[in-house]
Amino acid sequence: MALTGVSLSVAQGELVCFLGPSGCGKTTLLRIIAGLETQSEGRIVQNGRDISTLPPASRDYGIVFQSYALFPNLTVEGNVGYGLVNRRLARAAIRLRVSELLTLVGLPGSEGKYPSQLSGGQQQRIALARALATSPGLLLLDEPLSALDALERIRLRGEIRQLQKKVGVTTIMVTHDQEEALSMADRVVVMNKGALEQVGTPREIYEQPASPFVADFVGRVNVLNAVSLGGGRYQVGRLAIEGGNGFDVGTRVRLYLRPEDRIVEGNLDGESNRVSGLVAKVEFLGGHCLAEVKVPEMEGQALSVFFSLNQVRELGICEGAHLELALRPDRIRVFASAS
Amino acid sequence: MSAVLTLPHAARFRVSDLVARALLVLAGVGLAVFLLAPMAAIFMRAVQDSNGEFVGLRHFVAYFATPALARSVWNSLWVSFLVAAITVPAAFMFAYALTRSCMPYKGTLRLIALIPLLAPSLLPAIAFIQWFGNQGALKGLMGGVSIYGAPGIVLSEVFNTFPHALMILIAALALADGRLYEAADALGTRRLRKFFTITLPGCKYGLLSAFTVVFTYTISDFGAPKVIGGTFNVLAVDVFKQVIGQFNFSIGAVVGLLLLVPSVVAFGVDWIVRRRLTANLTARSVPFAPKPRTGFDGLMFAYCALVCLALLAVLGMAAYTSLIQLWPYNLSFTLKHYHYALVAGDYAPAFWNSLKMGAWTAVIGTVFVFSTAYLLEKTRGLGPLRPILRLLALLSMAVPGLVLGLGYIMFFNHPSNPLNFLYQTMAILAISTVVHYYTSGHLTAVTALKALDDEYESVSASLKVPFYKTFWRVTVPVCLPAILEIARYYFVVSISTLSCVVFLYAPHTILAAVAIMNMDEAGDVGPAAALGTLTVLASVLVCVLYALVTNVFLTRSQAWRLNPEKS
Repeated sequence: MALTGVSLSVAQGELVCFLGPSGCGKTTLLRIIAGLETQSEGRIVQNGRDISTLPPASRDYGIVFQSYALFPNLTVEGNVGYGLVNRRLARAAIRLRVSELLTLVGLPGSEGKYPSQLSGGQQQRIALARALATSPGLLLLDEPLSALDALERIRLRGEIRQLQKKVGVTTIMVTHDQEEALSMADRVVVMNKGALEQVGTPREIYEQPASPFVADFVGRVNVLNAVSLGGGRYQVGRLAIEGGNGFDVGTRVRLYLRPEDRIVEGNLDGESNRVSGLVAKVEFLGGHCLAEVKVPEMEGQALSVFFSLNQVRELGICEGAHLELALRPDRIRVFASAS
Repeated sequence: MSAVLTLPHAARFRVSDLVARALLVLAGVGLAVFLLAPMAAIFMRAVQDSNGEFVGLRHFVAYFATPALARSVWNSLWVSFLVAAITVPAAFMFAYALTRSCMPYKGTLRLIALIPLLAPSLLPAIAFIQWFGNQGALKGLMGGVSIYGAPGIVLSEVFNTFPHALMILIAALALADGRLYEAADALGTRRLRKFFTITLPGCKYGLLSAFTVVFTYTISDFGAPKVIGGTFNVLAVDVFKQVIGQFNFSIGAVVGLLLLVPSVVAFGVDWIVRRRLTANLTARSVPFAPKPRTGFDGLMFAYCALVCLALLAVLGMAAYTSLIQLWPYNLSFTLKHYHYALVAGDYAPAFWNSLKMGAWTAVIGTVFVFSTAYLLEKTRGLGPLRPILRLLALLSMAVPGLVLGLGYIMFFNHPSNPLNFLYQTMAILAISTVVHYYTSGHLTAVTALKALDDEYESVSASLKVPFYKTFWRVTVPVCLPAILEIARYYFVVSISTLSCVVFLYAPHTILAAVAIMNMDEAGDVGPAAALGTLTVLASVLVCVLYALVTNVFLTRSQAWRLNPEKS
């Protein structure tokens, strides 16, 4: 995977997530930072030290892999203390540090067990303890949760974040799971095709996507083809929609709007961007529903709209129901059409 | 925190990287000197006259102008083809019975079928002479045809190659996806149609691979045709006759090169085939589980029992011959052949030399093969060298032992070679055997290493632990079963190998297989059979030891391997 134009700085104690589809170069970037792969050009500086050409062992980081890479023939103590033994610490000091780390990751007393006796989540914690044992200045996590089942994943998400804050270690995590990235990171780096698409806080990424790719990749989004009318107004079918930044009159654009960025309740009289249509389909998603609304005036372009279960009941959302709603102009992002 | 990392620290770990690279280069040099250089020596010799002058293809022309020699090419080809055509279907049916039926005693039958692996390739030839030769017990069955020549070679090689084909075919048949058969059942498919539409296509690469392996083995084997070939000339015996009988190294080199051609072609075919073989089974496949069918299982059992009986009859005849006075005149029991072979005879040191050589090969070979495979698979740097080393490791399989041995004389016996001191030592025998049987050990090591997490070395580096510590603390213990397997393999092949060492032994380093050949030639069939039997017994002993170590010792000392109940 070729990376181009990657420029990024990570602050002390920050948790940064590299997020992107598979093949976007996020793991390559992490491995370059770790020295496991070599960049053809560019520099990497850690704490003012240029580490661009140093071999992995001369860099300062701890790493946790998706596979955990625990040594199967060593006990938990042997694994966590693996990097400590090499520092010629006294045996008692190592033992103390190991038990301290095991307490930190919530598995006190498991020193004598072998990795095969632990569950996936427990193995992950041991891998984390091992990476933190030598007190590295940087923690690298390569898809650390993707081998776990859904419940364990959500629980460990919180635990890792808490642990990271407690230890205060600067952390870079690679993930393809947007929920994971949004819920854990201080800042998210969205990557695509070897380039950085956007760097920002989770809310910035979600609410103000900088490119169509980010809008598409993070969360659900409606995409409407439109033509600019100037002054921040856009022609969608026979409708004029207001929102977003200005484009020259006649420019072909696409409007990006999240399914929840609409007003459906109360009096819509004063609202702009009012549309009406028929509910064509309701998709039940557990806590909420996604309704597909056919808007005749948009000439075949349908809208996906979120409803809570209560709203579904109160507004009588069902297939064939007539629906009035207003699209929030402040939330509509406009990008020029690709072609 | 990065202040923890001081400069000498950094420098030390770059040293560990350098060590890895230096060792890899060393392994490369080793394979170049002990595999490539001898082969190059053969190529050179084939186009030079005895004074070292370049003569182009003159030796080739001379070779083909001699009708007796040229006929050997044809003989070798058709005999090898015939052996493959007999062995592969026979082994396929055996493998089919083992994997697709519910017949009883599968383990025992499989074990017996693999026994020929433990015997020197000339032992079955000796046994077949006892069975079907001029004084043979079953001479009548031959209907006047002499066992000496093609019939004897074919029978002996079928015996020798049967387990090789069997192992490949068992692996190929075991790869079947049970879901395919269930889908076929759901569609109401008949048995025969399932066999032709699922089973055969599923193992066609295995069949092809087995065919090339049997073909290559037969065309390059020297032991059986030497003993039972009579006046029927084949390439392998020609090389021997030219070099040992007539000291004609140039013609020997020409024949050696001719012998190399089918091997290299077969190697190419096998290499392509094996790459496809792995793509057959996906992670979603479910292994096929046979259901009991009385008639079919009984038939399969009868077939396998018959094959095993035949294999045992061959070995049994060798053992019987070693324990009686003189076939067929005096059948009384005696141990005198053993006494002659081990103590009194001219070749008394041979058996002990073989054991010593086997031990050396097992140690040197295992250390070299496993370390090299580790460096290749798990360290970084020196990109361009790696594919070359991998190719060399696989290529050793394509070089017939006789050709390798010939290359060794030409290369190491050269007075100006600084490694000349190796000539006529036990070391050169061990080294040539390590190189000759390199591929199989290498593949075992690579398979074991590939099963390890790729990131152990990355994790160690991040923890500032040099690679050799992780190698010793993690990689070796985890791969111990594979390492023992390589050692066992090396021991077994080196005490029965003949073709590789027949040019290289000295009177004081004579080996069992060579002694068997010489005693047989001198008419001492009893002692030859005794030594052959002893060789088989030594191999069996090592295999039993290996089974004990892996089953008892390893399970006890490697508690982590068992996957006990989740805590």
